[in-house]
Amino acid sequence: MNNGIPLQYFLILASIMFFVGIYGFLTRRNLIGILMSVELILNSVNINFLAFNRYLYPDRLEGLFFSLFIIAVAAAEAAVAIAIIINIYRRFSTVNVEHVNEMRF
Amino acid sequence: MEMNQIIFILFAAIIVVFSILTVTSRRILRAAVSLLFVLVSTAGLYFMLNFAFLAAVQLALYAGGIVVLIIFSILLTSHISQKMEAVDLKKSVFSALAVILGMILTITTILQFSFQATTAAAAEINMEVIGKAMLSYEVDGFVLPFELISVLLLAAMVAAIIIAKKGSPVSDAPNPDKP
Repeated sequence: MNNGIPLQYFLILASIMFFVGIYGFLTRRNLIGILMSVELILNSVNINFLAFNRYLYPDRLEGLFFSLFIIAVAAAEAAVAIAIIINIYRRFSTVNVEHVNEMRF
Repeated sequence: MEMNQIIFILFAAIIVVFSILTVTSRRILRAAVSLLFVLVSTAGLYFMLNFAFLAAVQLALYAGGIVVLIIFSILLTSHISQKMEAVDLKKSVFSALAVILGMILTITTILQFSFQATTAAAAEINMEVIGKAMLSYEVDGFVLPFELISVLLLAAMVAAIIIAKKGSPVSDAPNPDKP
């Protein structure tokens, strides 16, 4: 199904996606925007793992399982991050990182 | 041009355009919907790579779970029509510069490296193989990361509940004048 598409195409696509995520991470000032950039970065890494698995080691399963575990960690991270964001919003009435500069218990 | 190349270029174009929209859109809800398009196209790429199980997981967990969670938290923390303030021009230019330099470096490195084509036959990947490998403690088994992930998910669930729980009301509102 993937004949005619070199491995490099997948890697280039994943690196573009990764660096777009980095750009969002650097420029966003909204906590939810930062969270979405992190999701983009994790997704590009998944594409890399699966493309390497399919093209270079098609008889193994490591890429598949690493992607599966990355997805699970991303889900856990999103849940905790959103809990923290909602708690921050309750205390500071904003989710802008510039205005949340005080650390409390 | 082959059909699968056309489909790949279509998915790639959707991913690039909508990921740029995700990080630049000033309406946060639109950014979340763009993220949804990116994740669905990524699932399409997984289908092209013949990882049907992972594509289904991607659709169910990312497109169905995380995006909905993000949209919920957006609706809880901001108004729908609210626009985020524009990014500082200087910061935006320097970030774009750093990102484009990194992208050029990575892509030239990828293009210079010659990946060895393999001759091994592709393994059959179905639910039975995946389930047996995940719970196997033999050489090619993944039972240790599986157990770690289950503990991590439990810890994350407890942490999310405790953090988001409504505690005692905070009487002293944050004082913006304080240094």
